Amino acid sequence: MSAISPMPNTTATTTVSTAGQPSRRNTELLLLAFAVILPCFAYANVGLALDGEMPSGMLGYGMGLGLLAGVGHLVMRKFAKYADPLLLPLATVLNGLGLVIIWRLDQSKRLQASKAFAPAATNQLLFSALGIALFVAVLIFLKDHRILQRYTYISMAVALVLLISPMFFPSVYGARIWIKIPGLGTIQPGEFAKIVLAVFFAGYLMVKRDALALASRRFMGMYLPRGRDLGPILAVWAFSILILVFETDLGTSLLFFGMFVVMLYVATERTSWIVFGLLMSAAGAVGVASFEHHVQARVDAWLDPFAGWGKSQASEQIAKALMTFGSGGVAGTGWGQGNSDLIGFAANSDFILATVGEELGLAGVMAILLIYGLIVERGVRTALAARDPFGKLLAIGLSGAFAIQVFVVAGGVMGLIPLTGMTMPFIAQGGSSVIANWALVAILLKISDAARRPAPAPVTNPDAEMTQVVRP
Amino acid sequence: MSELTLTVMRLGFLAVLWLFVIVAVQVIRSDLFGTRVTARGSRRGGDGRPAQRADRQATPPPQRRQEGGRRAGGRDAGRGRRGAPTKLVISEGSLTGTTVALQGQTITLGRAHDSTIVLDDDYASSRHARIYPDRDGRWIVEDLSSTNGTYLDRTRLTTPTPIPLGAPIRIGKTVIELRK
Repeated sequence: MSAISPMPNTTATTTVSTAGQPSRRNTELLLLAFAVILPCFAYANVGLALDGEMPSGMLGYGMGLGLLAGVGHLVMRKFAKYADPLLLPLATVLNGLGLVIIWRLDQSKRLQASKAFAPAATNQLLFSALGIALFVAVLIFLKDHRILQRYTYISMAVALVLLISPMFFPSVYGARIWIKIPGLGTIQPGEFAKIVLAVFFAGYLMVKRDALALASRRFMGMYLPRGRDLGPILAVWAFSILILVFETDLGTSLLFFGMFVVMLYVATERTSWIVFGLLMSAAGAVGVASFEHHVQARVDAWLDPFAGWGKSQASEQIAKALMTFGSGGVAGTGWGQGNSDLIGFAANSDFILATVGEELGLAGVMAILLIYGLIVERGVRTALAARDPFGKLLAIGLSGAFAIQVFVVAGGVMGLIPLTGMTMPFIAQGGSSVIANWALVAILLKISDAARRPAPAPVTNPDAEMTQVVRP
Repeated sequence: MSELTLTVMRLGFLAVLWLFVIVAVQVIRSDLFGTRVTARGSRRGGDGRPAQRADRQATPPPQRRQEGGRRAGGRDAGRGRRGAPTKLVISEGSLTGTTVALQGQTITLGRAHDSTIVLDDDYASSRHARIYPDRDGRWIVEDLSSTNGTYLDRTRLTTPTPIPLGAPIRIGKTVIELRK
C-alpha cells in the first residue's frame, strides 16, 4: 500500500459537489445587474468629480456594458446552463471598472498634453465587445472541454509559435512581446499562449504524471524525482529562460514557468516540484539579470526606486506608483480626484492599479484583489468539482495562470517584486489581454458546466430492447 | 460639486463595492454549507459519515420520474423499488470516492475519455465495461470483451450479470459498488 499511497492528486480526489445542483442562472442575472450598475455609479462619480455634471457618454456606456453582459448571460442560459454563477459577474465588474479608470485617465489634462496621448476608452470598449464575442463563441462551439485533449501536441506547437514569433519583431519599450500587423495594430501573443499552453500541459501531465509522481527517492522528507524525469521541467525552464533572454520579458517567462510548476504539483502531489521550481526560477532570474541590461534595470528599480529619480524612467515610475498608493491612504481620494496621471506613460496599462490605489484607497484595492481572488477560487473550485482528470488539470492551469498574472502585476506595481510588463487581467488597457481573458473565463465556465451538470438524461438502451424476457 | 457630496460619493462607492464582494461571497456560501463531500479512502473513514449522507437521499432525482413515464409498459423502473441502488460508488483505486447517481442511464467504464467514468488504470481497456438497468430496473454489469476482464466478487464475468447491492465489481485496481 505504501508504494502506491501517494497517488496523484488529480485522480485520488475528494469530489466536492453542491447538494441541490440548481442551475443558479437567476442568481447570476441579479449579480450581473449589480456588476453593471457598479461601474455606472463609478462613471457618474468620475464625471461629477471632474466636471460637476453627469458625463455625457453615461447612457451609452451603461447600455454598452449592460448589452455585453446581457448577451453573455443569455448565451450561458442556453449553452452552459449549469456553469458557475459567479465568474461572469466578477469578470464583468472588473472589465467595467477598468473601462471607467481608462476613461478617467483619458480626461486627464496632463496626459492629454503628452505627445503619446491617444484616448483609449472607446477602443477598450471595442476590445471588450470582441472579448465577449470570443467568450460567446467558445461557449457555443466548444461542446465539451475534453475535445481539447485531442489537440495536446498541436497546442504545444501553437504555443511555441505564439511565444517565439514576437522575437522577430522590433522591441517596444524594451521588451519583445508584441506582434505588429500592419494596418491592424499590435497583438500580444503571450496572452493567448497562456490558454493554449494550459491545454498542452494538462494533456501532457495527464499522461505522464504517474511516472513523475511514483518513480522517486525519498530524501530529507522530500521525494526527489529521478534524473530523467526532470526532463520536462528542465525543458520548460530552459524555454522560459530563452524568453527572458530574447524577449527580455520577466512577466511572460515567470507566468509560463509558474503555471507549469503549479500544474506539475497538482498532477503529482509532490512538494519537491515546487521547491525545484522556486529554486530554478530564482536561479534563472538572477542569472539572466546579471548580464541582460533591461532585466537588470528593472531589478535595480525594484531594489531602490527612489535612487533612480530623474535618471531612469523605469525606477521613477515605480517610485511614483508607490507615492500614488501612499497618497490614497485607507479610503482614497475619490474618483477623479487623484493625481495618478503623473505617472504618465503606461498609467492606464501596467500601472492601472496605482490609480485604483489612489482614488479608492486601500479599501478599494483590497476589494479589487478580493474579486480577483474570487475568480481564482471559482476556477479552483471548478477543478475540484470536475470529474475528469484533464478538466481538473486544465481548470487548475487556467486559474493558476490567472492568479500568477495578477500577483506578478500587482506585486510589481506595489514594489514587492521587480516590475514586469504584464497587464492586469480585465482592468488594464490592452486588447489582447481582455480578449484572451474572456476566452479563459469561457473555458472555465464550460468545464464548470460539465462538472455541475446533473447526470446525463437516461437513454434507452438499444441492447435492452432487443432481448426481451417473457415473464409469466 | 461641494466637498460634502464628493465625500459621500467616495465613501458610498466603496460601500457599494464591498457590498458587491460580500454578495458574491454569500453566493458561494453554499460551497461550504450544504455540500456533500465524498471523502477519499472510503474503505475506512468514508462510511462513518451519516451526517453528510443524510441530505444526499433527501430528494429523488427528477429524471427518474420521466423515466417511469416513458417506459409505461414495464414496471416502474427503479422508482420505489425497495432495495434498489441509487448510486454507484468507487471504493478502491485512483478514483476512490467518486460517486455517480444512478438515474436509469447507461454508465460506461473505461479509459476512453468519453466514458462516464474515465478509469485511469493500466489494467483497464478503453471500453471496458458498462452498467445499465434492464427492463425490471435491475442493474446489470456487462464486460465489453476487455483484455483483463471484469470481476464481480471473485468471478470473471462472461455474460451480463445483475449486480447485487454492495457487491464489489473489480476492474484492474478499481473497485466499484452499487449502494442505496
